[in-house]
Amino acid sequence: MSAEASTQAAVEATAERRINMIEAINEALDIMLTRDPDVIVMGEDVGYFGGVFRCTAGLQEKHGKTRVFDTPISECGIIGVAVGMGAYGLRPVPEIQFADYIYPGLDQLISEAARLRYRSATEYIAPMTVRSPFGGGIFGGQTHSQSPESIFTHVSGLKTVIPSTPYDAKGLLISCIEDNDPVIFFEPKRIYNGPFSGYYDKPVEPWKKHDASIVPEGYYKIPLGKARTVREGEALTILAYGTMVHVAESVCREKGVDAEILDLRTLVPLDIEAIEASVKKTGRCLIVHEATRTSGFGAELSALVTERCFYHLEAPVERVTGFDTPYPHSLEWAYFPGPVRIGEAIDKILKD
Amino acid sequence: MADPASTTPPSGDNRPALALHVPEPRSRPGDPVDFSDVDIGEAGAQPRPDEGAKPDEMKDLAYGLIRVLGEDDKAHGPWDPKLDPETLRTMLGHMALVRAFDERMFRGQRQGKTSFYMKCTGEEATSVAASMALASDDMVFPSYRQQGILIARGYPLIEMINQIYSNKGDKLKGRQLPIMYSSREHSFFSISGNLATQTPQAVGWAMASAIKGDSRIAATWVGEGSTAEGDFHSACTFATVYNAPVILNVINNQWAISSFSGFAGAERTTFAARALGYGLAGLRVDGNDALACYAAQAWAANRARANKGPTLIEYFTYRAEGHSTSDDPSGYRSAQEREEWPLGDPIMRLKKHLIAIGEWDEERHAAMDLECAERVKATTKEAEKNGILGHGLHHPFHTMFEDVFEELPWHLKEQAQQATRERQIKWPDHHPMDEAGK
Repeated sequence: MSAEASTQAAVEATAERRINMIEAINEALDIMLTRDPDVIVMGEDVGYFGGVFRCTAGLQEKHGKTRVFDTPISECGIIGVAVGMGAYGLRPVPEIQFADYIYPGLDQLISEAARLRYRSATEYIAPMTVRSPFGGGIFGGQTHSQSPESIFTHVSGLKTVIPSTPYDAKGLLISCIEDNDPVIFFEPKRIYNGPFSGYYDKPVEPWKKHDASIVPEGYYKIPLGKARTVREGEALTILAYGTMVHVAESVCREKGVDAEILDLRTLVPLDIEAIEASVKKTGRCLIVHEATRTSGFGAELSALVTERCFYHLEAPVERVTGFDTPYPHSLEWAYFPGPVRIGEAIDKILKD
Repeated sequence: MADPASTTPPSGDNRPALALHVPEPRSRPGDPVDFSDVDIGEAGAQPRPDEGAKPDEMKDLAYGLIRVLGEDDKAHGPWDPKLDPETLRTMLGHMALVRAFDERMFRGQRQGKTSFYMKCTGEEATSVAASMALASDDMVFPSYRQQGILIARGYPLIEMINQIYSNKGDKLKGRQLPIMYSSREHSFFSISGNLATQTPQAVGWAMASAIKGDSRIAATWVGEGSTAEGDFHSACTFATVYNAPVILNVINNQWAISSFSGFAGAERTTFAARALGYGLAGLRVDGNDALACYAAQAWAANRARANKGPTLIEYFTYRAEGHSTSDDPSGYRSAQEREEWPLGDPIMRLKKHLIAIGEWDEERHAAMDLECAERVKATTKEAEKNGILGHGLHHPFHTMFEDVFEELPWHLKEQAQQATRERQIKWPDHHPMDEAGK
């Protein structure tokens, strides 16, 4: 059976089972631990306790202490031992408890994991998936809210993947674990439990009310490097990923704007074909991310769209981002690129 | 600068002024050299505990110096590995070949055949003898001065030279700085060039081997200067937490480029003593004594193989030459150090031992040296047929874009086409415009 056919069969067999993103990630890990004896899961608090966000709950009990275990509080060590495990032939899935904590592991990621295949001319590879919750909107202050994805997209040899729904999280994570290159898998923690409209003062809508929470029980994959068209439209193209997909969607719904929204899902390798096709169709492009603005991934997207679609553009490419400040605790909603900032950018881009 | 003790502190109060200590080595260029404060102890004096000993039961071994070869060139004490003469001659032969290889490659760099080289003169025992105590499929994660491991494991010299020349025969496709070898076939991990990163990787490999119930162990080598890196601390922590079957070898050659070992903490304690704080077994070994190097590594390997725990071994040695071809040590240390250094030369010491036990002589030694030199020379000529650095016989340009990822993504395909176009513009006769370049 082909991959697509098996996916389709799995979808049909499990109609209407609704789970949140945490459960979807847990299922992906469980499935891969079951399918592949070389997969191991490790990180701070991921073992007996099951992770501070519960993504690894029950996995140690089911798969044993040598497959799912706690680690010392050392991101350098976690990534470093994962490189060695990959060289042995394992397929480690380390968790970094918050993306903000990943910096002590950067040398092992940038100079080691990302370069091993190249520098050893394929003698050694680092097939690891580094999972980490990222993004703000949970009153996490400056050390539990950051979106450092552009640090990793700048590194040759790393893939960067960011899901925005339970369905995507499961299928993308399985693809990442099976991938033979090191992958940074950033989980938007604001939407672990439900999609986010951008209005922090409104009640959280649970995933169960969203169709993307219908997740097949079994194994399926979503290929890396393929964007998802969230909605088709003619007025402008919005490029987003993670939490901001939902915020952008809710703003368009509210304003009645016929936007085409692309959820990029994979930043490297990027689905440039989907981006080009959409922008050439609409002639207008808005890029939305939560990360700080300067040298953010939006700068790369803006440059690519300008280089490739310039003669189709009817207005300058716009970026809506977080501000170039640390993520402030009490003022996080002033930092967050919410409906007002996005709405203003849409108005500007449609007026031009 | 004013004496801090006699000045009023900026705080304005009457508490004593603080003073910063900046370490200073024993001698600078032109200074007389005195190693009399270095206590090398007696060969054979150190006890050899059971391989299952608890670290705190053997802590004196982290402060003393395990030595086997005495002033009389005989082997002494419980650490004598009692190797047969044939093995000792093999060990000597590997060390002599390493030195001959280093001499030739260093000259090759000076002749412009490559960009860079690093000798391990005086430190041959720490890689050759130590790795001979491991099984050939035990995984090693070396730093950049362990060419002795490759030679001891029988890695072809021509592969080493091809790599050093970055030529078309280089298995690493000319991507790595010279001497940053890799050989999976010889259980030799890809050398990074970033310091101490290999140490947690070795621990991870050992953890993986233990997870799988395998019997192979891992060993890593790191310079004493690089133990200051956080990676080394992570390695020690993970090693002890998971009781990983790993050996952490610290080569204390006393110099990290121009910074002496005091900048890694050597003024206060030994590097082996770091083991004790982690609950690792710690051994401090005469790194110029090939028998002691072998014995310590064998002890640690037995310990790891029996699930008794990891070991940190400090090899006390001396970097007899510059850090690399890019370094001139006469600018920062006394040339006398090499002469006065009390632990001698590892090759001479093993040679004298073999002669002392009637298993070697000067004639055979001279013949061996000549044979090593001839072999390296002949292999160098052979390797030069594949090209030398900067003379065109490198891997094809498109290989630059391969292996960044398992598959070539669109952006690298585009950049590869650009690189092809650039060559066609620069050398239109040699690179006719093909489809890829248009």
